[in-house]
Amino acid sequence: MAEPLAAATTAQHGQPDIVSKRDFLKLVTISGAAIGAGAFAWPFIASMNPSRDVLALSSVEVDLTPVQAGQGITVVWRGKPIFVRHRTEAEIKEAVDTPLQAMIEPVPDADRVKPGHAQWIVVIGICTHLGCVPLGNKPTDPRGDYGGWFCPCHGSQYDTAGRVRHGPAPLNLFLPPYAFESDTKIRIG
Amino acid sequence: MAGLYKSDYENPVIRWIDTRLPIFSLMQKEYGTFPTPRNFNYFWNFGALALVTLVIMMATGIFLAMNYSPNTGLAFDSVQRIMRDVNYGWLLRYTHQNGASMFFMVVYIHIFRGFYYGSYKYPRELLWMIGVVILLLMMATAFMGYVLPWGQMSYWGATVITNLFSAIPVIGQTVVTWLWGGFSVDNPTLNRFFSLHYLLPFVLFGVVFLHVVALHITGSNNPLGIEVKTPQDTLPFHPYYTIKDSVGLCVFLIVFAVFVFFVPHTLGDPNNFIPANPLQTPADIVPEWYFLPFYAILRSVPNKLGGVTLMFASILVLFVLPWLDTSPVRSARFRPLYRPFIFVLVLSLFALGAVGAHKPEGLWVVLGRVCTAYYFLHFLVILPVLGVLERPLPLPESISRPVLGPPGGGGPMPAGAAAKPMEKS
Repeated sequence: MAEPLAAATTAQHGQPDIVSKRDFLKLVTISGAAIGAGAFAWPFIASMNPSRDVLALSSVEVDLTPVQAGQGITVVWRGKPIFVRHRTEAEIKEAVDTPLQAMIEPVPDADRVKPGHAQWIVVIGICTHLGCVPLGNKPTDPRGDYGGWFCPCHGSQYDTAGRVRHGPAPLNLFLPPYAFESDTKIRIG
Repeated sequence: MAGLYKSDYENPVIRWIDTRLPIFSLMQKEYGTFPTPRNFNYFWNFGALALVTLVIMMATGIFLAMNYSPNTGLAFDSVQRIMRDVNYGWLLRYTHQNGASMFFMVVYIHIFRGFYYGSYKYPRELLWMIGVVILLLMMATAFMGYVLPWGQMSYWGATVITNLFSAIPVIGQTVVTWLWGGFSVDNPTLNRFFSLHYLLPFVLFGVVFLHVVALHITGSNNPLGIEVKTPQDTLPFHPYYTIKDSVGLCVFLIVFAVFVFFVPHTLGDPNNFIPANPLQTPADIVPEWYFLPFYAILRSVPNKLGGVTLMFASILVLFVLPWLDTSPVRSARFRPLYRPFIFVLVLSLFALGAVGAHKPEGLWVVLGRVCTAYYFLHFLVILPVLGVLERPLPLPESISRPVLGPPGGGGPMPAGAAAKPMEKS
């Protein structure tokens, strides 16, 4: 026992290369307390994430039958407005033909719609600039120079594929996850 | 260096702060080197445990409030949503719900410690009185918190407790209407109880701070009940008592966890799983266990005003305890007559608890009255008389002598620990 005792005494006199029993105990105690504090904090932080009942509301079905060409409807999904718009033949043609160089975030029209359903554009109706809801879903709204949507807050403009064509918005309108359940029904989320 | 605090810290960042706001020096003085009697037993853990419990209650409470709706139409369901849908909501609520019981358990033991070792005596009278204020605030907070889930016991507890004030002559009914914000316990009552239940813990925290400040002026009492005389009687708070408190804390948290994870409803009342119904009082209405003795005192008096008065008096009498106990000796170890009487008091409080949990019939009524009588007799008659009649045992010369034994005999303390304070003197 004389050997470790002597080592402990030297360590206390400031020789960092010798690890004493007390250093070890301190380290274990502090680590144990830190793990405990972390485990204690975890449920508190997790409780602020979306609860089960909020997650349960994360999908919505939309019937497309009443929406005429040129019209759009707004549905709510996860508390956000979703624009569902029925595009006319002319609008689709213009969206497909627009050269990619003319765009801020270049994406071909085919990547904005589901194959075989080019007349339906479904986007999250929140401007990618600072989160306002753009106008233009109703035919009577101002739709901007590109015939899509126009944000009243800072004047961003989107085309009929929801692609940003005029700033200050940096990105295209986001696409929600959705799928066609039949030709006249989609399920968002 | 005019205007700056003279700091001993050498680390430039700590020094910069400490010279302007000496929190590091303060913490070092009050919780680092703070001279603490060397002979504490585990009863001296309970102040720290109470503080930890208060912090746990405030933390869980703040997060529960994020999901709770203080509206009679929503309250019950919002609590069920916390239990079922909110992530770890069950854990937060069970911790908060059982935490109230843990808080009272810890504080009651803390108070018993004060009784047994005479911690309320000169010079710690104000420290004790602030403690009684803490107890009253805790009771008010616990009561209002119990109303929030808006179950049957919540509703009828709120009705009965607020109606206590109707016993006040002349203005009683006006006061009760004012407390309710209406003509029965209803939405305005629930709203104000939620607001006050959120506010009072912060007030409580402030009063606890005063309790600690007063403690650090007089210093702690100790199991021998004699004052610290020399530095040999003390140990620095850190690491000796930070470690001792940590050991106690670990044991306490295990007990706490057993309740939260295995028997979360043992201390609660099943009637509170029924939503509040203003038209139907539950057949067997009892308060939570920590209020049972006071409830028993209330029921022991066959007169409305008398019962309410005695119930409040049972707490208020603690304010004057430092002057009712006339003995100059603190610790019950050296008071051969006081010692059995304090155990009789504890026994009568447990008996009152049992009386409160049973219907007031037959023997329970008699037992309740006998114990209520003893409770007041103990404080108002026995304590003042004992101080005169009792012949205390001889007190030890100092704290360090009975701990270290006769000079040269060695003791349980490490040599280094004993030597260090000696150097200072």
